[in-house]
Amino acid sequence: MEIILQTCVNALVASAFFALMAVGLVLIFGVMGIINFAHGELYMVGAYLVWYFYSSQGWPFLVAVLVASLIVTVIGLLMERTLFRPMRDNPLGGLINSIGLLFILQVLAVQVGGVGLMKNVPPAYRGSLDLLPGVAIGNQRLVALVIAAALLVCVWYFLTRTKVGWALRAVAQDRDAAALQGINIDRISMLAMGLGAGMAGMAGALIAPLARVEPYMGHGVIITAFIVTIVGGIGSLSGAVLAAVLYAFFHTFVTTYWNGTIATMMGLLIMLVVLIVKPTGIMGTRVSE
Amino acid sequence: MKPARLAVPALFALAVFMVALPFGLKLHQQDFMISLLVWVLVVSSYRLMALTGEYSLVHVVLMGAGAYSSALLAKLAGFSVWLAMPCGALVAAGLAAVLSFPLFRMSGFYFLIGSFAAGEAIRLSWTYFTVPFGGPKGIKLIPSPELTLPGLGPIAFYEPIPYYYLTLIVVGISLFVLYRLENSRVGLTMNAIHWRAPLAESVGVDTWRYRALAFVIASFFAGLAGALFCHYYGTANPVQFDVAAMVYVLIWVIVGGVSRFSGPIVGVVVLSVLNELFREAEQWRPLIYGCILIAVMLYLPDGLIGLPARIRDWIEARRGVAALPAGAEEPADFSSSKRH
Repeated sequence: MEIILQTCVNALVASAFFALMAVGLVLIFGVMGIINFAHGELYMVGAYLVWYFYSSQGWPFLVAVLVASLIVTVIGLLMERTLFRPMRDNPLGGLINSIGLLFILQVLAVQVGGVGLMKNVPPAYRGSLDLLPGVAIGNQRLVALVIAAALLVCVWYFLTRTKVGWALRAVAQDRDAAALQGINIDRISMLAMGLGAGMAGMAGALIAPLARVEPYMGHGVIITAFIVTIVGGIGSLSGAVLAAVLYAFFHTFVTTYWNGTIATMMGLLIMLVVLIVKPTGIMGTRVSE
Repeated sequence: MKPARLAVPALFALAVFMVALPFGLKLHQQDFMISLLVWVLVVSSYRLMALTGEYSLVHVVLMGAGAYSSALLAKLAGFSVWLAMPCGALVAAGLAAVLSFPLFRMSGFYFLIGSFAAGEAIRLSWTYFTVPFGGPKGIKLIPSPELTLPGLGPIAFYEPIPYYYLTLIVVGISLFVLYRLENSRVGLTMNAIHWRAPLAESVGVDTWRYRALAFVIASFFAGLAGALFCHYYGTANPVQFDVAAMVYVLIWVIVGGVSRFSGPIVGVVVLSVLNELFREAEQWRPLIYGCILIAVMLYLPDGLIGLPARIRDWIEARRGVAALPAGAEEPADFSSSKRH
């Protein structure tokens, strides 16, 4: 019983990270129609920046996280401007460009941090909080969970309650119609890309003390983000969040009780089944062309 | 376009060059040539798939399926390597035939992601099942083919030069088949599906069947390439056929240019030879590839194969401008098409 509850706690933390990654991916896809293959590498860059600012330079953890995600946001804005904007009518081209960027960022990470050397990021908050006897959540995880959840709530509020958020969703729904209403597509695209990249950077920055920081850490994350995005419905934000929670629980439980490789394999199969049976995902309504 | 009568001597010269080549090379360069030939077959078969307009991310995994099944048949089931290799290719084709049922319910993006998921699931199963796939370490000590010619004695296929010729013959025949296929009625139909799927359907073409056919044939040759690969290098493991390898294939195809048969071949040859020339910069390779890829996407959408036409256009445009007397009006055709 304690193991089950403990696994639930772990799954809850994982779902917040999955959701941060998946919502960013969905925003980018929704507005620009491009799947950002380099999303995992933005996450990796976020983790590296925290390693640099916090572990090497000794900045306070939260300041390092904030600066890291701001820098990743800027990278995202540059990506939109240089790589994705010229490819707006060519989804495959955008995807290829993001693969090119993925390679570049990985090599830069290897050059900056060295190969094989794991970057040690000590936890900023030691100790843990006992929820129940035998069920605990590390303070570092708790902080990460709270920040990630708060960020998700902010993004949700922004998208559903502000005018700019409405504009963004309008572009995702129908770009031409939105442009006819006087919405600046270029600016909205940059906004979506910056927001998506910033969320990926924030996820990487928060995970740095909890995971192995290495140049290829983005690979597993992008697979997870794909699974969550597809299962949730590729254009649906609420679907992405719901799928993130479901998949996090599924993956954590299968990993705990069976095997991590099996968990990922089953996740991929679930995604395949969703693609075949209901390509719009559990919450999606958008019909593919 | 080259005149057709130039093509035959050019191909003949290329063949002579390829036959003579290994004698001028060092040992590691001969190894490199064998793997280059194998990858030429992989990218050319990928192009057949791309003819129908679908880009898959499962191609290299199917190449691995060919390698794994050929290796297992030769090593565990005691098949002769000569029989194991075509069987490996058939297994890859069969796997593609099974996958075509779920995958071709999707198209475009969904197909891309779906094929990625299918490929990763297959690859992870190699990692997970130690029996018979050997887990993360894969299969080692895969036998090389044996052949005894009357009068010559046994041929040492574990040596690079004999294996190079074997690879050259197999890849040469495969390329010929792929080329003929592309220019056949079937190939033209595939092309029609790419550009005008609804029109092709309206005249009675079963698009699903042609897409699946292209996928199965392409996978057959990918599996053959995998079998050729593993019986020379002696190993097959999950890392050889991972997403990174798939992405390299995609890069070669796109950088070379997918619009012509020779495009992907030019891509893989140019990038691999460049890579071989700058061996000491191995760790920078992905970065250089990434930059080349982005540059080609942004500035050379037809790929390297479109470069001569670009240069010709550019020179003609320059000459056209230079030939004009100062202050004269530009000819109308330049201002409309060549100048921005």
